[in-house]
Parts: sequence; structure tokens; C-alpha cells
Amino acid sequence: MSGYNFAYLDEQTKRMIRRAVLKAVAIPGYQVPFGSREMPLSYGWGTGGVQVTAAVIGPDDVLKVIDQGADDTTNAVSIRRFFARTTGVATTCRTDEATMIQTRHRIPETPLREGQIVVFQVPIPEPLRWLEPREAETRKMHALEEYGIMHVRLYEDIALHGRVAMSYDYPVRVNGRYVMRPSPIPKFDNPKLDRSPALLLFGAGREKRIYAVPPYTSVRSLDFEDHPFTIEAWEQACGLCGSRESFLDEVIMDDKGGRLFICSDTDHCERRRSRDD
Amino acid sequence: MTERKLLSVRGLTKRYGDRVGCLDVGFDLWPGEVLGIVGESGSGKTTVLHCLSGRLEPTAGTAEFLQRDGAVVDILRLPEVARRRLARTDWALVQQNPPDGLRMGVSAGANVGERIMAVGARHYGRIRSEALDWLTQVEIPRERVDDLPGTFSGGMQQRLQIARCLVTRPRLVLMDEPTGGLDVSVQARLLDLLRSLVADLGLSAIVVTHDLAVTRLLAHRLLVMRGGEVVEAGLTDQVLDDPQHPYTQLLVSSVLQP
Repeated sequence: MSGYNFAYLDEQTKRMIRRAVLKAVAIPGYQVPFGSREMPLSYGWGTGGVQVTAAVIGPDDVLKVIDQGADDTTNAVSIRRFFARTTGVATTCRTDEATMIQTRHRIPETPLREGQIVVFQVPIPEPLRWLEPREAETRKMHALEEYGIMHVRLYEDIALHGRVAMSYDYPVRVNGRYVMRPSPIPKFDNPKLDRSPALLLFGAGREKRIYAVPPYTSVRSLDFEDHPFTIEAWEQACGLCGSRESFLDEVIMDDKGGRLFICSDTDHCERRRSRDD
Repeated sequence: MTERKLLSVRGLTKRYGDRVGCLDVGFDLWPGEVLGIVGESGSGKTTVLHCLSGRLEPTAGTAEFLQRDGAVVDILRLPEVARRRLARTDWALVQQNPPDGLRMGVSAGANVGERIMAVGARHYGRIRSEALDWLTQVEIPRERVDDLPGTFSGGMQQRLQIARCLVTRPRLVLMDEPTGGLDVSVQARLLDLLRSLVADLGLSAIVVTHDLAVTRLLAHRLLVMRGGEVVEAGLTDQVLDDPQHPYTQLLVSSVLQP
């Protein structure tokens, strides 16, 4: 597209973001401040993710964008088209064909591989924010590894609900050091973060933070010894492809109480069905 | 005598420009001893406490603290990491206003459990039974363990704060007007409780108060402060029954006898 630089952002901004990304990769789970720019997209729609993608994407990349696991929702379609127009890179809906995946709320069911980069859109990067509103204090708590407070939250959930009721954005400890919010992915996806062969980058545009999990880094979900971390399970199988292993969305079919459980990862679901056919 | 001083404060001074918060305050605290600091508003007693608890940075002075391992450290010059660790384990601060010392957004049990989780406890069942234990010790009904502190009365909140502080078995407790803002019968109950806890656990404590009756009940020794300086020090009964300094005499004679 004429009149715009490759991937929309100017080269100086990209360098600044790349420096932040490099620092984030060097210190897994540490939130690196960066000079977040205005993007042609409102806050909360993925401004952080878009900037990270714009800074690291190259002409040979193949881009996939998902929103809640789906390739065909408004957010995913808009961001995919944005990069197709400003970079001219090839886009795809298939996880195994993509070299870069920008995502909101999910990690694809298809296992990630080496060389892939996953960019997460993050609304609130600070895991300690819920109990400590002062930024200076949360930074100090990270620096001194004062993370007892995170277990106060888990304690509270178990005391009130009998189990940890957080089902998404479930806090993790990266590389045995920093506590990190994995962005609002369901806790079902947390095990996929652990020792992932792909590079995982997290961008928060409004909060101006970038953090990362380099390939093959340990990521542990916080838990108690007598209440170990568990993921969701469904009694149903996917109504379309019959999968029992994937994350299911409940869809209301009519006004008579009819409902259907289907895979949230549309690519995974379609490929299973085409294999059946 | 083989017993060693737990805390030894010398020349503690806090200046605000030309004005003085506290000037050349010095005292010793022995294990198992409760020291009262009394004085009128603005006498510098809370300044002393805040300098020790790390909330204010003193202008001059030393405060040598005997750690569990037998080493003596100057807590006023300790790096922040070590200082914050001490504040989570060996020290505790009971604040005058319970909401300042509690997390009002989480249940009573979580409030008590926070300090043990902060030092590494990761077993829910054990944390919970410890929390229940401490609630019983401070006379809060066990069935209130999952209630928010906001639903508690002022006296219960103060007792909850004490349980939250004592759960890691600190060796030094700093109390800032622990009975302030409570009515007399609740005060009496709290003082009873504090007295038995201090005796049972062998706690050392520094109690800052303007209420001489509180010091009579709790403190073994007393410092009387005025205008930032210690004007009289000695055994509680001695200071209260035979005050030497004119200000102490005024203070003692100002107490109303019902």
C-alpha cells in the first residue's frame, strides 16, 4: 500500500519495539515498558499485539490471526486484512502453515512448532494489580519475588468456591522467577505454554508493556500442593467434528433450549472434518 | 547474664528541616519485654515507631536487632530486601486503624494466611487450619473465617489484625495505639487478650499509646516523650506512681479517675 511504511509503523518505532522484545526474551516473564503508539484500532482491540506483530513481521512470513480461536470473527478478519494490505505477506487460516500467529484468548489446538512466533493481545499485564494498585510497589514486589499475595487469591477462591474459580488469565510462574499473566487465554491453554517450541510474545498497548516466553521455557501454573492445577473438561464432544480433546464453546441454537458444543478453534475443527470426509 | 538485648536503639533522630520529629532517642529492649512509649500528641512517639518499622527514614541513629541466627544487624541500615523479609517474618506492626493493617477485600482466613503464604506455605489445608487456630486464639468465632473483615466490628477487626501479625510468630511486635478508637469494654477485652498472648508467646513488644492505663496493664518499662525527646524512663509502676519529671507528673495527674 503506497504512502505507508512496511507493516504501517515507521522504522524507528519498530526498532524501539524490537529492543523491548529482545529484552523481554532475555528476561522471561519480565514486563518491559515500551513507547506504545497510537494505532488505527481502538484500545482493547489488540493495539499491543498489532504493534508487536508489526515490529517482528518480515516479507516472507505467513500470518494467521485468531480471535477466541476463530479465524473468521471481526477482530481477526480486520487485523489479518490490515497486515495483508500494509505488508503484502501471505495469510493463512492453517496453524501449521503459519510462521506468525496473532491471537486473542486462545492458543491453537494444533501443536506449535519451532520457528513459529505467537503474539498475544494483553489487556492487563500486571498479575499483582488486583491487590496492589501502586505500580512502584508491584515492580518492587516482582524485583524481590514477593509473590505470596498470588496465593492469597487462590486461597480465597478455594475457601469461597471449593476450588480455584479462575478459568482464564490464570497466573503462571515463568522460568521459576517472574509471575506472569498469560493474557485472557482459558486455563485449558496454560499447559501449552510450558516448554513450547514456539516463541511467545505478549503485547499490552494501553498499558505499554511487552513480555515474552522464549522457546522451551518452563511455565508453571500457580497452585497449592493439596489443590493442584487442573484444566477444564467437557462431558460433550464437539458437535461438528466429534473432538473430545479440544476447547469447546457452547452455542445456543434456537429459543427452545437447543444448544451445541463446538470447537473454539475453527481451523482445528475444519481440518478434522475434512479428514473424516 | 547470658541473655542478649533484642533491640538496642541509640541516638535515633528524625528532623524535618529545622523542626524535630524525635531527638536522640535511645532504649534497650530485652526478649519477652514490653516497652511502652507514652506522651501527648506530637511528642514524637509515633515517629519513633515509624522510624523503626521502616515507614520513615531517620536522620541519624542506630537500631541494633538480634536476629534468630544470633547475628546483630542495624535495621536502619539494612538493605531493603532484608528489611522487607524481616518485616514479614520476625517483625509485625499492629496499626491503630485496623483497615490500614488488613486486606479489606479478602476473607479473614486469607488475611491471617497471607503472612504464612508470603514465607512460602503452599498447602491449602495446613494454611487454613493455622488460620482457624489463630482466629480461635483471638476469640473470633471459627465460622467467621470466610467473612470479609468489613463485616466485623471494630474490636474484632483489631483482633483479626493481631492474629494476622502473630501468625508467623514474630519476635518483635510494634503496636501503634492498639486500643485507639475502641470503646472501653472492648478495650478491656483486647488488653486481656494482648496480655495473655504476650505472656504465652514470650513476645517482645513496643507499644505506643497516649493511654496510661494501657501501659500500666501491658508494659514492663516506660519511656515518656515530650517535644521529640525522652524526658523520663523507668519501670512502669515507678514512673506512674512516682513521676520525677514535671511533665510526667502533669501527665499522670491529668488522668481522670471515674
